[in-house]
Amino acid sequence: MKNKEPLILAVVVIFSLITYYLVEPYAHHVMHKHVESEHFAYADLPALAANGDATRGQDLVMGAGACTGCHSIEAAGMPAAMEAQDAAASYGVNPPDLSNVGVIFDERFLADLIKNPAHALKVEHKFTEESGKMHPMSAFAGGGGDIDQEVADMVAYLKSIALKAEDVTPKIAYENACGRCHAMSYENWTQIGEKPSFKEKKDALAYDIKVLQYEDSLKAYMGKLPPDLSMYIRSRGEHFVSTFIENPQAQLEGTAMPRVGVTAEMAEKVIEHMKDSGDTKRAERESVGMNVMIYIIIFAIFALLWKKQVWRDLH
Amino acid sequence: MAHFTKATSIKDWLNQRLAIDTVERVMMSEYWIPKNINFLWAMGMVLVITFALLLVSGIFLLMYYQPNVDTAFYSVNYTIMRDVDFGWLWRHVHGVAASVVFLIIYIHMFTGIYYGSYKKGREMIWVSGMLLFVAFSAEAFSGYMLPWGQMSYWAGMVITNLFSGGSLHADGLVEWIRGDYVPAQAFLTRFFMLHVLLIPLAILGLIGLHFGALRIPHVNNQDGEEIDFDKEAKKYLAGDKAGSKVMRFANDFMSKDMMVVGIYLVFFFYLVFWNYGFAMDAVNFDPADGLKTPAHIYPEWYFLWSYEILRPFSVDIGLVAFAFAQVIFVLLPWLDRSPNTVPANRRGLFAIWFWVMLVNLIVLTAMGKLPPEGMFSQIGFVSAILFIVQWLMLPFITMFEKKV
Repeated sequence: MKNKEPLILAVVVIFSLITYYLVEPYAHHVMHKHVESEHFAYADLPALAANGDATRGQDLVMGAGACTGCHSIEAAGMPAAMEAQDAAASYGVNPPDLSNVGVIFDERFLADLIKNPAHALKVEHKFTEESGKMHPMSAFAGGGGDIDQEVADMVAYLKSIALKAEDVTPKIAYENACGRCHAMSYENWTQIGEKPSFKEKKDALAYDIKVLQYEDSLKAYMGKLPPDLSMYIRSRGEHFVSTFIENPQAQLEGTAMPRVGVTAEMAEKVIEHMKDSGDTKRAERESVGMNVMIYIIIFAIFALLWKKQVWRDLH
Repeated sequence: MAHFTKATSIKDWLNQRLAIDTVERVMMSEYWIPKNINFLWAMGMVLVITFALLLVSGIFLLMYYQPNVDTAFYSVNYTIMRDVDFGWLWRHVHGVAASVVFLIIYIHMFTGIYYGSYKKGREMIWVSGMLLFVAFSAEAFSGYMLPWGQMSYWAGMVITNLFSGGSLHADGLVEWIRGDYVPAQAFLTRFFMLHVLLIPLAILGLIGLHFGALRIPHVNNQDGEEIDFDKEAKKYLAGDKAGSKVMRFANDFMSKDMMVVGIYLVFFFYLVFWNYGFAMDAVNFDPADGLKTPAHIYPEWYFLWSYEILRPFSVDIGLVAFAFAQVIFVLLPWLDRSPNTVPANRRGLFAIWFWVMLVNLIVLTAMGKLPPEGMFSQIGFVSAILFIVQWLMLPFITMFEKKV
């Protein structure tokens, strides 16, 4: 009698694979818009006009640029003037500390941000003339000289005080790029910082009240409370998160979320941090997976040999 | 009371009290299986192993899961996935096994249909198998509620809504099932109870029935051959192992079962560690939010075909079609009027019926997931009609089948 088993196996496998293809890759391709990565090139923004001078930049940042009116620069010994929840009450969101923005964000993005915040952030649809709203960060109108040169100087200064890229941990990248709007409760992160452990319950509650006050301002500013990102790496997947960070409007037109402006390297770190929260056991999964596979393959080989031995007498 | 003598060994002691030799003979060494079968006959054992994996992983998950709407999501995604050693492993095993078990059930079912293993004396095997399918479906659905993610909540909402019966507006029944106006604490706790107690008990009982139903008619074979099991068993026991048409369940058939199980487990653990996404829907990693409906709500893949029979019609007709799809498979032994217990390829029109049914179910499955727009909803509509027409045609096709 001809052995039909290979044919039967082929039929089973082919029908299973067709079903899998249709309900997984194909259905998701139809349901979700595919956005191609632009590799964080920010090609829509002009390249920096000139070589920046950090010393002149420092004068501009501290002086004519008036950055320090709202932003702290802890790296330059300038702590925040207000607590986060109070700053958020004034601006909608706590203006970021500028210590490490030079390494986290792309230089084209920073330059454009200084000159035209709503444009760089891709939130001009929120601040139209009809809406009567103004972006809380005022555009830099120039310090008396060539504005492009001045912006380049300021960017050079911000880069000079920032950490080196290799010293930026995934956590620092996340806190700078996302952390003022998005809590990450599984990493104990709130929008006003990492929640300390308090001895007294009243201190813990007092902290929670500050977070709630901050979130109220943020909700009013953004339209809704930006989601907790603890499990976003699993609920959205790496490709979505990456392209969303790069250009939120491409994935979700009209969203209140601003373009983040991180460099490609920092985007990877942000995603790494999201994996540290939502997919903590990924390395263990690989190693345990390999061991289980080796064990099961050995089991399958022994089972095969046993079958051959038992069936020798049956034919 | 029976007469007991002083035992000569532990085995003898047990034999006097439990008749373990007899049990072994009846269940294993003199449980006769035809030799002309292929690897599809091992799907029963594959299902037993998968069920065991579900049971064991479920027990471990149960030690940390909290059936509370405020903590359920956290207990799954933080406590189990991050805090507990290997909690992630048990969850992945549980999630993947819950999905793969349906793939094997469908293979097992269509093996039965193809080889006519539901006919003439084997009706109870088929019926108990279909009851198991229903129990597994309920188990899968109730389990899907437990992580209390977005898909849990909204699938729970949509499926329990079906019980309002369309124009009947039996909203009271829906509230009774939910224990509330919307899925909330009462809903979660009762589905937790169903998932970890009542349905598993039913499944264990049904597995017993399914196995028991197999004992008297014996396992079917791939050639539609009628075997005299007593005669062939005597031949085997007389030493003519090669000449006999039957073999022992253990170790003869068991060794083949284990070989198939071994290969299956390689595939299974590949999915657990490297390709689990299909079994753990991304949307369910967002916590349940009753104020935010997901853009696409769809059931797990194994429910898609029946979901698609519901969807293309108006509410009332859809519900009738859906109810039809749920029960019609159970009636197969009586809808098939042909006396032939042979593989489908020797049954003329039935062979066409079989392959069209299989392909159509795959089409329905695909359309059930795709958004019901344009071409997809038209294909879904035609496929749903075809499904119903095929079942209505079955008695007539088989009535005129030639005896082979």
